[in-house]
Amino acid sequence: MISEALVELSRWQFAVTALFHFLFVPLTIGLTWILFIMEAVYVMTGREIYRDMTKFWGKLFGINFAIGVATGLTMEFEFGTNWSYYSHYVGDVFGAPLAIEGLMAFFLESTFVGMFFLGWDRLSKRQHLMGTFLMALGTNFSALWILIANGWMQNPVGSEFNYMTMRMELVSFSEIIFNPVAQVKFIHTVAGGYVAGSMFVLSISSYYLLKGRDIAFAKRSFSVAAGFGLAAIFSVILLGDESGYEVGEVQRVKLAAIEAEYHTEPAPAAFTLIGIPDDEAMETHYAVKIPYALGLIATRSLDEQVTGLRDLQKAHEPRIRNGMIAYKYLVKLRNGEDTPENIAKFNETKHDLGYGLLLKRYTDKVVDATEAQIQMAVKDSTPPVAPVFWAFRMMVASGFIMLLLFCLAFYFNARRQIEQKRWLLKSIFYALPLPWIAIETGWFVAEFGRQPWAISEVLPTFLSTSSLAASDVLFSLVAFIIVYSILFVIEMYLMIKFARLGPSALHTGRYHFEQAPELTSGLRSQNS
Amino acid sequence: MFDYETLKFLWWCLIGFLFIGFAITDGMDMGVGGLLPFVAKRDVESRVVINTVGAHWDGNQVWFITAGASLFAAWPLVYATAFSGFYFAMMLTLFSLFLRPLAFDYRSKIDSLKWRTNWDKALFVGSMVPPLVFGVAFGNLLQGVPFSFDSLMRVTYTGSFFALFTPFTLLTGVVSVCMMLLHGSTWLVMRTDADVAQRSANIGRVISVVLTLAFALAGVMVWQSIDGYLVISTIDTMGQAQPTIKEVTTASGAWLDNYKETPLLWLVPAVGVATPVFVAFLLSIKSKSTPVKVFAFIGSSFTIISIILTAGIAMFPFVLPSSSQPNHSLLMWDTVSSEGTLGLMLTVVAVFIPIIIGYTLWCYKKMWRTVTVAEIEQNNHTAY
Repeated sequence: MISEALVELSRWQFAVTALFHFLFVPLTIGLTWILFIMEAVYVMTGREIYRDMTKFWGKLFGINFAIGVATGLTMEFEFGTNWSYYSHYVGDVFGAPLAIEGLMAFFLESTFVGMFFLGWDRLSKRQHLMGTFLMALGTNFSALWILIANGWMQNPVGSEFNYMTMRMELVSFSEIIFNPVAQVKFIHTVAGGYVAGSMFVLSISSYYLLKGRDIAFAKRSFSVAAGFGLAAIFSVILLGDESGYEVGEVQRVKLAAIEAEYHTEPAPAAFTLIGIPDDEAMETHYAVKIPYALGLIATRSLDEQVTGLRDLQKAHEPRIRNGMIAYKYLVKLRNGEDTPENIAKFNETKHDLGYGLLLKRYTDKVVDATEAQIQMAVKDSTPPVAPVFWAFRMMVASGFIMLLLFCLAFYFNARRQIEQKRWLLKSIFYALPLPWIAIETGWFVAEFGRQPWAISEVLPTFLSTSSLAASDVLFSLVAFIIVYSILFVIEMYLMIKFARLGPSALHTGRYHFEQAPELTSGLRSQNS
Repeated sequence: MFDYETLKFLWWCLIGFLFIGFAITDGMDMGVGGLLPFVAKRDVESRVVINTVGAHWDGNQVWFITAGASLFAAWPLVYATAFSGFYFAMMLTLFSLFLRPLAFDYRSKIDSLKWRTNWDKALFVGSMVPPLVFGVAFGNLLQGVPFSFDSLMRVTYTGSFFALFTPFTLLTGVVSVCMMLLHGSTWLVMRTDADVAQRSANIGRVISVVLTLAFALAGVMVWQSIDGYLVISTIDTMGQAQPTIKEVTTASGAWLDNYKETPLLWLVPAVGVATPVFVAFLLSIKSKSTPVKVFAFIGSSFTIISIILTAGIAMFPFVLPSSSQPNHSLLMWDTVSSEGTLGLMLTVVAVFIPIIIGYTLWCYKKMWRTVTVAEIEQNNHTAY
């Protein structure tokens, strides 16, 4: 059997590397459009300040982009290095969107990012703008294909298990593309990236306004970010991917975990605002509830139920028993006893094969599982509730604070009073981490809430690992943590340095630190 | 459209194409990174070197990413087995690849010589370790790798990191590194002038001689001392991907069977031996006209194509032979994705590769110039 230590370390490594990578991706997704907007204004109006804005925010974008590219390589390697059984089991389906991402999105983004930075003098204005557009488009396509791949993990449509090759195989690619889970995830995630990009520009512009320097530059940047961010935060919240939670069994489980809903309540269900989930007792203590709200949010109706975890688990038990039968026939088929009867019996039960595989954690043969082991597998069939419950609430709280800030920013900016509202500028400045909190906790909800599955109802996470020694993974995990920490320090050093320097970093001679050298000699030296 | 057998063969060609694409594009900027400490003596010269690939390295790197992802999509078992089996070698490659994007983007952001020379070292490591590991890995493919599958197709690899390094695999590592360095030098000869171009040509000449000798020596070893693999049962080329049901044996010199059967194929390694010599000749010409420089670059590109093809043809239809359980070796016939996936991905590749090549060439054309010290000094704040 696969060692628990190996599974835990592999999961930690994936979580650490994916969460770290995801610090940089959303900012890239959001900033590319903001850069495009700024440059488009420059090309249309010919006003230099918009070119300076594009170049300066582009400089910060570049610092973020480089580390995003570097850490993104890890994701490509890790499926093969650490999740090799997964790679074999689903590569036929899951590999395709990743390869298409490379061909359709990555090439576009990465080819034109070079033009963005170094092509200013070599391309015409319109050509450069078109390059910026293609870079943004590539970035967003990249998110699309990654989320199609991820959506398939959450809700594996369009595919079928083949006992001969011992893997999932593609049946309908259009089902995979139009997977409703993938669609809502895409919208939700890219809009989250737009919020991150907007908040980034908004906060740093607020800093310049508070410092009273480069006012014209900061106000224009602020306006672009306030407008774009307001639209983005509305999209994130209104098109939140809650609507995707009614599709597929595992999404229903995730929803129940998010809401710490152990009991199925009569429709429309109440929304648990806060409480203390208890997986042992399967109760939520001290719950504060808002009547009707969950039913409305989750089912968009008044009469559909939101199934609770107790009932969900109860429904998984017969599927696990059925999965044992599927496994029994799978072993026969793999041993060459592929008689028509055996094939027929396997086909009758194979949709529950994944549930049978849950037992592999306790017994390698699956078919000899004891009653107690079956009950343990039933318990395993839903994720621990508290982490999902709290992560979701942190995400939503961050989202609503940002909604408020973007509304205020937009309002006072439209009334041209933003410079006087120092309290608001300060709040926005200190709110800079919020999109990242929302994004990381949101990612956690989506992926931890999918447990125990790597591929929902198909392949349990613990089976997906490579056959490595736990010590190998411990070694690489420690290496990742050390190296990523160093990279992060370098990145933050540059980011903070250039953010503080502001547009003076462009060396145009038009901005603050170039006007008053006696004040700024310390900051000015050593920059280019 | 195509039958399964044809699709399998086309995907063997395409995976080869993508890896050759990687070696020619990204291999070029890896070669440039590897030459950096030797051809640039001053900071401004380092910037000249870096700016010849500054706008392109990221797009070039996508050849690598796409080749890897296509391996995942088209040959999932190869991806799973090679990446997990070569765990520490892959981690070493990955960690050194981190250095390139950061070195390119961060190096000239701070005007401190220490900061910059440290990033130059990082760029050198990030540019030379991956080709070395890939070369060593390819040598291991030719030797066979110890892995086997259980009845549910979980792969177990029984080798170790240090066992990857044998005299033969180190030799293939040298071939791989020299390939990239030669390619980097012909690129720099074409895109720089004065001292940098002269030093690049000088180093390129030496490298091409080393490359020819190393490649020829590796060929002799494959003929004399490395056992090749061959399938002795019949292969159902139309069949599903079941890599554990055939019989495989090893025999001395078996990797040359394909060449013996189709002698015309000898042209491929012949080109691999001849082009570096030709490139060395072109690089020795005192005052090089543009066609000379361009032909040198085309020459180093053909060197890469023919060396990779030489190894691929030798192993065909093997992709990943197993030394511990030869019957479980992965062939391009039985390690593949389903017919549906191969067909779909073929269509996507056929549509997008021409588009990608189109806009990539457009970008190269737009950025085309001889990068000079004067230009960098003029654009002190915007160049890399």
